Amino acid sequence: MHDKTITELSQLLENKETSSQEITQSFLERMRIIDPHLNAFITINEDYALQAALDADKRRKDGNAQKLTGIPIAHKDIFCTRGVKTSCGSHMLDNFISPYDATVTKRCKDAGMVLLGKTNMDEFAMGSSNENSFYGYVHNPWNPELVPGGSSGGSAAAVAASLTPIATGTDTGGSIRQPAAFCGITGLKPTYGRVSRFGMVAFASSLDQGGPLSKTAADAALLMNVIAGFDPQDSTSVDTSVPDYTATLNDSLQGLRIGIPKEFFSDGLDPEIATAIQVAAKELEKLGASLHDISLPNTELSVPAYYIIAPAECSSNLARYDGVRYGYRCEEPKNLDDLYKRSRSEAFGDEVKRRIMIGTYALSAGYYDAYYLKAQKVRRLISQEYQNALQQVDVILGPTTPTTSFALGSKTDDPISMYLNDIYTIAVNLAGLPAISVPAGFAQKLPIGMQLIANHFQEAKLLNIAHQYQQVTDWHKRQPEMNHQG
Amino acid sequence: MELSPADVLKIANLAKLHIEEDDIPDYVTNLSKILEFVEQLNGAPIENIKPMAHPLDVMQRTRADNAVAVTTTKATQANAPEVENGLYLVPQVIE
Repeated sequence: MHDKTITELSQLLENKETSSQEITQSFLERMRIIDPHLNAFITINEDYALQAALDADKRRKDGNAQKLTGIPIAHKDIFCTRGVKTSCGSHMLDNFISPYDATVTKRCKDAGMVLLGKTNMDEFAMGSSNENSFYGYVHNPWNPELVPGGSSGGSAAAVAASLTPIATGTDTGGSIRQPAAFCGITGLKPTYGRVSRFGMVAFASSLDQGGPLSKTAADAALLMNVIAGFDPQDSTSVDTSVPDYTATLNDSLQGLRIGIPKEFFSDGLDPEIATAIQVAAKELEKLGASLHDISLPNTELSVPAYYIIAPAECSSNLARYDGVRYGYRCEEPKNLDDLYKRSRSEAFGDEVKRRIMIGTYALSAGYYDAYYLKAQKVRRLISQEYQNALQQVDVILGPTTPTTSFALGSKTDDPISMYLNDIYTIAVNLAGLPAISVPAGFAQKLPIGMQLIANHFQEAKLLNIAHQYQQVTDWHKRQPEMNHQG
Repeated sequence: MELSPADVLKIANLAKLHIEEDDIPDYVTNLSKILEFVEQLNGAPIENIKPMAHPLDVMQRTRADNAVAVTTTKATQANAPEVENGLYLVPQVIE
């Protein structure tokens, strides 16, 4: 049961060959055995899941089921979930029980999906390795000595280890795509404004976007049909029509123009990854696409621009954690200033504090023009560069990450080395574009991710290409050793 | 850009963070390294380019200024460290 896609599980439910209760029990049992070795979940609420499964079965019996009614899901612990702890991986919110549902949570609930639990993550989504969580490291199912990637590391590990058939994540600079690549699964970062950010704990408001982490592109399409769409409660949500993402999965790739930026294959890229991505591109060529060399000359500037813009927004967003209205409060504050400072210092981890301080500095008097304004200009430069490229080609193809997963603890003392891990993913967030990471091979027994980037609101195109690729390759079907044991 | 310990303490104060004396050297090193890294932006060809705040380059949508209840005061305040009669309690502000 646990190795099935949600496309398959949904079919089994529709054919009455199984029940949501049976599926849910099966995943909960597997979580009990496997998760102590992975630490992919912060909260597992069995009673909550079993009640939802019971309700889903009743709904199906009553003839009111939707496509994903009764299908289990795990949410990154950044999505507010009414009555359930929503910690964002931080000591700051360890005691926070959300009084309302995020729109993503609510849409999944309304569709009858069964929430298995909330997944581990880098604190406030700041990190590329899941080592910045208050709840401890998450281990990569392919090798427990390695990181699963981040910040949606718990979601990626949980899907790869089949602890849940699908999960949600968020992506501010690569936080869906990079862990998807490291864990050998599919991860889609939708266009900025496509999926509601209401109730999604804010890190960098002009970059954050929620999306699916799944076993296949077809599964991601099914979840996108549930979570995508306009939300009046999110002022950054875009009011444009939402297609049926499954309707175009089988479209032919004949005539598709794929751009391959030379800057994505420069120094720093693992040669085995470069080879695997070139092989993957040839595979798409066989399916009817044409390959074109393109150039994105300012790719390298995306990381420094991001590390001004994201910390600036983070310092502003995280000002709300003051020990007054919710979250952690220090013991016996001497005065209001002491309350603010000690509550924040005791409850935020090192990386969060670093980013708050960088952001505060970049926005402070006398430095705004030198840092923030300049970074915003570079943002436009990069965005224009992508728009120019996407006039010449339909999609851009490259590696998701410069290396495969790395050892736990190997980069924690060097923030810059950690940041550079997101060199191929960050520009997409600056430009607000949709992008997908798809399994495309292995290097030293570790998964490689291929990234496809399209123009705004063309998620269906990305899912179509990824699905067609998955019809002729089996990288996405490979499972970590642990999946053969239970 | 090399920060001094005094710079770090000033930034920490603006950010309402308390930094332990022993941790100051680490912050000096790491924050300076990050600032040095972002100095790459100084060579960017950005003459005549306007700053971009929104990734779709649009104005943020506004809505009518009507109160919409997402949750109740009681439910919201259930998460507060200290409340009394619906008010949040903080240490004495005016001495």
